[in-house]
Amino acid sequence: MSTDVVAGNGNQNLKLPIYMDNHATTRTDPRVLEEMLPYFSDTFGNAASRNHEFGWVAEQGVEQARESIAKLIGANTKEVIFTSGATESDNLAIKGVAEMYREKGNHIITQATEHKAVLDTCKRLEKYGFRVTYLPVQKDGRIDLEDLKRAMDDKTILVTIMTANNEIGVLQPIREIGALCHERGVLFHTDAVQAVGKVPFNVIQNNVDLASISAHKFYGPKGVGALYVRRKNPRVQLVAQIDGGGHERGMRSGTLNVPGIVGLGKAAAIATEDMAEEGKRLGALRDRLKDKIMSQLDEVYINGSMEHRLPNNLNISFAYVEGESLLMGINDIAVSSGSACTSATLEPSYVLKALGAGDDLAHSSIRFGIGRFNTEAEVDYVAQRVIETVNRLRELSPLYEMAKEGIDLTKVQWAAEPTH
Amino acid sequence: MAYSDKVLDHYTNPRNVGSLDKNNPEVGTGLVGAPECGDVMKLQIKVNPKTSIIEDAKFKTFGCGSAIASSSLATEWVKGKTVDEALQIKNTEIVKELSLPPVKIHCSVLAEDAIRAAIGDWKKKQGQEKSAPVVQHANVARQA
Repeated sequence: MSTDVVAGNGNQNLKLPIYMDNHATTRTDPRVLEEMLPYFSDTFGNAASRNHEFGWVAEQGVEQARESIAKLIGANTKEVIFTSGATESDNLAIKGVAEMYREKGNHIITQATEHKAVLDTCKRLEKYGFRVTYLPVQKDGRIDLEDLKRAMDDKTILVTIMTANNEIGVLQPIREIGALCHERGVLFHTDAVQAVGKVPFNVIQNNVDLASISAHKFYGPKGVGALYVRRKNPRVQLVAQIDGGGHERGMRSGTLNVPGIVGLGKAAAIATEDMAEEGKRLGALRDRLKDKIMSQLDEVYINGSMEHRLPNNLNISFAYVEGESLLMGINDIAVSSGSACTSATLEPSYVLKALGAGDDLAHSSIRFGIGRFNTEAEVDYVAQRVIETVNRLRELSPLYEMAKEGIDLTKVQWAAEPTH
Repeated sequence: MAYSDKVLDHYTNPRNVGSLDKNNPEVGTGLVGAPECGDVMKLQIKVNPKTSIIEDAKFKTFGCGSAIASSSLATEWVKGKTVDEALQIKNTEIVKELSLPPVKIHCSVLAEDAIRAAIGDWKKKQGQEKSAPVVQHANVARQA
């Protein structure tokens, strides 16, 4: 990728393009990469080789990583199962529990703004005779605990609700959800992908039985993740979804991705060390971005709760401006949009729709994900570019003109039927 | 998605942005699309009543870059044409000119609809509505 250097605010030089899409993925931390490299060369062994030095060294790397993950989330090392990433972890947790506890019940509870790895797994189980309740979310993006209580019945075996949302960064009340599940003898799985390494996440305090983790969301490599599986109070059992050599206590066969796992471990060790301070720094940058944008533009709306939110997330709708055209205007900045035009399905974000804000605001949304390598000068540049581009596109927007004329856009008889 | 140079050009330097007086009897206004679909185009034409030639055209669009480019191009193309000639403009020509990918064909359909709606509105004002083919909604089934 070509990079240009421009003068930023405060005489600092900015390198373009700026990456601010850290919910999609993060750059591998150089310290993580350094830790991984030997496992591609000198110490390339298979962690399952029990009878020579190469295997022992690889196994040692894996076990060290397991300890780092366990420490980060307050688990025991035996409770950490390595996978290829959070999609696999979600599949293993949900399908593995469904198959194991089928005799006990066939009801699963989840919620509307889950990642597709959870929603589509649940949909698959519906085809096999499971009953799934999809709880709605409130305007702030959080579920209502009363809804959850009402949805639980004597056939409920699993509740799967994410810790933090990948689009709006909203934190669900997982401690309360976990407590409720434990009270009723129901297992609780959480997709903790966006939360782990960003905000404190402890499986004991939060009453979590299964948790999905992905390395590349917190400065580790892609293609590796973990599933936390509780060993006592209660002891969770899973039916493996991949058959083979019986690796990972029989729950996930397949030769371990040793360099990846070592990278995941190092990312976890860094997070354990730096998370508290980094959270504060990213929160301050996020608020700076928000304040700059909101002080200079009218009719911008924050999607989801600001109170219960990841410190590095900002999701804003810019009324009367379509998201993809905004992305096009700020093409030296990498962010994403909930606009239909940016998705393969031509549907606007189902997460934003679930908040009930209306499809028009979903089309106008931008997600900013601030990360470890972003600077204050970058935030200032991004704010400036967004403000300029929104102003330019509003000059081009018939909706903005109509709104300024005092026309209530919700009362207009639009000529086009929704065609998709 | 990679945009064609022509889409980028129209997005960066849109032609004929603005509004004409919608109460002027010589002005026809087309407003097509819907905010919840992510595209709204307003296209206006000013027609010489003696010659039926479109002397001016303006647009404003809420939509993606391809929608902005399609409507910008539409204003360029209708200018100088008679209304009957303008009615001959097909969405497929817009697709070709802007090298729109299949997922963006609906943008060109909407631009064609906007031209027809603006002409329909003008004809109505001229008391010729019987012959005005006002397109009520975008038909995404139309192919490139």
